[in-house]
Amino acid sequence: MAITVRNVNKRFGDFVALDDVSLEVPPGSLTGLLGPSGSGKSTLLRVIAGLETADEGDVFIGGHEATLLPPQRREIGFVFQHYAAFKHMTVARNVAFGLEIRKRPKDEVKGRVAELLHLVQLDGLGDRYPSQLSGGQRQRMALARALAVEPEVLLLDEPFGALDARVRSELRAWLRRLHDEMQVTTVFVTHDQEEAMEVADTIVLMDCGRIVQEGRPQELYDHPGSEFVMRFMGQVNRIGDAYVRPHDVEIRLQPNGTTQAAVVERVLHMGHHIRVDVSVNGGAPVSAQLTRDEAERLGLEPGRPVFVRPSRARTFAGTPS
Amino acid sequence: MFTKLGLRFAALAYLALLLIVPVGIIGAHTFSGGLGPVWDSLTVPDAVKALELTLEIAIIVVPLNTVFGITMAILMVRRELPGKALLSALIDLPFAVSPVIVGFTLILVYGQQGWFGSFFVDRGYQIIFSTPGMVLATMFVSLPFVAREVIPVLREIGTEQEQAAATLGARSHQTFRRVTLPAIRWGIVYGVVLTTARSIGEYGAVAVVSGNVIGQTQTLTLRVSQEYQNFDHTAAYTAALELAVIALVTLFLMNLFHPRKDR
Repeated sequence: MAITVRNVNKRFGDFVALDDVSLEVPPGSLTGLLGPSGSGKSTLLRVIAGLETADEGDVFIGGHEATLLPPQRREIGFVFQHYAAFKHMTVARNVAFGLEIRKRPKDEVKGRVAELLHLVQLDGLGDRYPSQLSGGQRQRMALARALAVEPEVLLLDEPFGALDARVRSELRAWLRRLHDEMQVTTVFVTHDQEEAMEVADTIVLMDCGRIVQEGRPQELYDHPGSEFVMRFMGQVNRIGDAYVRPHDVEIRLQPNGTTQAAVVERVLHMGHHIRVDVSVNGGAPVSAQLTRDEAERLGLEPGRPVFVRPSRARTFAGTPS
Repeated sequence: MFTKLGLRFAALAYLALLLIVPVGIIGAHTFSGGLGPVWDSLTVPDAVKALELTLEIAIIVVPLNTVFGITMAILMVRRELPGKALLSALIDLPFAVSPVIVGFTLILVYGQQGWFGSFFVDRGYQIIFSTPGMVLATMFVSLPFVAREVIPVLREIGTEQEQAAATLGARSHQTFRRVTLPAIRWGIVYGVVLTTARSIGEYGAVAVVSGNVIGQTQTLTLRVSQEYQNFDHTAAYTAALELAVIALVTLFLMNLFHPRKDR
């Protein structure tokens, strides 16, 4: 089911949470709403879910006007950052909740719950209480609960934000796989650009209540429309007027006419790559990312004079130098 | 090890001094003359009437104040209301006002010479010096307990579980019954225990509005005081023991609602 958001405005007192936001989410897609905190991404998701009402504008889900529908009637699944588990119910009862509300026959509910628990890899944990599960398990339970009612769209608000790094990366990969199997239109909110790049087909980048840029992850990374997008999508150096990614900084031992003189300040081993911080013309520090082989070949160490050149750089009109 | 034992001893000694010894003494005194006199003072019509009246008042007041308290708590925590601070202060009013004043105020409003007094009397209802007045007085003094117990619990559980229920299709009454009510259950239980205790134990307000007519408008609490002043100590102790037993039964019943190991 497609989601269409048209000219939505939302204010909380004086704070403008959403400023004339319009968005098209194609059916079956996996879209990441990305942005810094306070950018309006969670509010937009909650407006789509009906947990907040827009001051102005319209929301359509599957072509049907949903602007004034309460969340109960939007056929959505919603997953909260802090799980929102029903603490007094067992895992199985949590998952069964939506089905029991819909008064489905007991046998059907039982079968469906078992199926879903298997899907989220919680087989055999149905009789536990949420407090007896780990964070990652609780979030998978919440996902099973949301999927139980076969929602038209699945909305996730910072779903992995409260989990530790390892569990988070497991769940990201798992959500991606799940989406590929189920093909349910999915929108998730994150402030982590790596998470957005890893999981989403389409990234919608927001700032100050507006959509700044949307597109495939690679588009946003390689063709940022503004300095904000460039900075938000990954690490960036400023050399003169140009913005350069660390992996696009070339380090040479000899000048070649287009290079600038620099001095190595630090060499950091980051595991799969080497980060070299240099200062260009005695000023502005620049980070470069090198492979281990490159770094070894150049024999870089602090204090060594080198020459740097951006192999790929971007400038943005109207940015102050 | 010793500090642990010491703490345990201190806690038990404290309990013993404040609770177990006094209740034990009531028990001992009650039965000091054997079972016969106790049975007699338990079964005289006035005593039976006092017990009935006490229970009747509690059975009317506790459910009403429980429903009121839960409703108030939800209004205070979950809804945007103008004048919330004022409402909160009003809920606490019975804590601040002396029960005797409450009784006196009721007489001023509903008594024969009161504002609404003639209205009810003309239609054949007597409020003051009869059960309705005692119910009103008891309701007033035990009003805040459920709300005050439930409000912090509602705040603590937050709104996410309720929102989750809504996204899963639950209408507000279903969300309340299946999600909110079980989550605040323990707060309600404490509120009910406190309301019951106050209802059966209230003296001042009830004394003023009841007129203390023996065998008609005398509750167990009033009877304890009356018989004690009459030097019928067995009757006084028996009534006191009855009150203690009602309290214990309430606590026991409420413990049946003890939350499962779900936290």
